[in-house]
Amino acid sequence: MAKPLAQEFFKGLWDEVPPFRLVLGLCPVLAVTKSVENGIGMGIATTFVLVCSNVLVSLLRKAIPSKVRIACFIVIIATFVTVVELVMQAFAYPLFLKLGIFIPLIVVNCIVLGRSEAFASRNGVFRSFLDGLGIGIGFTLSLAVLAAVRELFGTGALTFWEKPIPIFGPSFQPFSFMIEAPGAFVCLGLLLCIMNLVGKK
Amino acid sequence: MGDFFVLAISCILINNILLAQYLGNCPFLGTSKKMETAIGMAMAVVFVLVMAGVITWIVNTYFLKMLKLEFLRTVAFILVIASLVQFVEMFLKKSIPALYAGLGIFLPLITTNCAVMGVCLINVNEEYNFLQALVASFSYAVGFGLALILFAGVRERILLARVPRPLEDTSIALVTAGILSLTFFAFKGMV
Repeated sequence: MAKPLAQEFFKGLWDEVPPFRLVLGLCPVLAVTKSVENGIGMGIATTFVLVCSNVLVSLLRKAIPSKVRIACFIVIIATFVTVVELVMQAFAYPLFLKLGIFIPLIVVNCIVLGRSEAFASRNGVFRSFLDGLGIGIGFTLSLAVLAAVRELFGTGALTFWEKPIPIFGPSFQPFSFMIEAPGAFVCLGLLLCIMNLVGKK
Repeated sequence: MGDFFVLAISCILINNILLAQYLGNCPFLGTSKKMETAIGMAMAVVFVLVMAGVITWIVNTYFLKMLKLEFLRTVAFILVIASLVQFVEMFLKKSIPALYAGLGIFLPLITTNCAVMGVCLINVNEEYNFLQALVASFSYAVGFGLALILFAGVRERILLARVPRPLEDTSIALVTAGILSLTFFAFKGMV
């Protein structure tokens, strides 16, 4: 418990960065990383749910009986996911259409439930807030990195606000394998390999 | 009849839930190290997915739509799935202990398997009727089992091979899944 507060935040960015270190919540990671925009949108949505559910679970941790805690956590998470769903429908409709069923599926993202169970139900409110924020930002960054690699090689350009910015010039042949399903698996596998290489030093 | 056949083939092979729709990847990587666990998980998923698909379809059509509570769909579906899993677990424990022992720890894990929730949502989004939803749920579950068991077979072989240090474990598993996904990719354009 004596860990400094800053550490609760920063561990999410490298030591425990969700998709790579914990290998949890892979489905959205693979599915929405066709473009950087989608990746970041999904990351922000997940971060919001993660932070809110962590705070609420932490507030209620004394009141929730331990036998039905998982069910309680799921209801709390599902509530915030519904909030995100409705907000995105109202203010970011194109993104909502692109992410499709992966927004409601944040409910069953193991990272969110995992943090509630492993961290928020045992720690104070502020710590849980920092933990949720750190893990959420780590998740967003990993999505962005994976999406950047896939989009760059798959289309030769990066798209921001509907505007493609070509990186490789016109003579580049898009490697469309990367933006299809098989590319997602291979690309994540290779990124994991690179992380292992760097981490070992 | 022909329509159902096409639907089944497209759910099992072309839109394979694991390798083309990216749903349910956590148990896909987690339970595929051994053939036995893979078979257990595949059976548990077939069992729960068919029931969840049918029940959520009924809940959606006769409760949420009639009461105009569609915005509660996420909450309602997850509650249905969670309680269904709990119920199935208790039922099997009492009445079919052999099957319960076989499925073991995989049953509770299914609550957070996004393949189950995903198929329920797909059924609703595609506006399937009752029979279509039943066929689709079953076929998606079969596709899940097929991919999981194939993958477990491949992974058992990888254990015997020499893998470069940084690629070990999850990393090589993901690359393998990519190649398996590529083979399923070949079914595209079949229907």
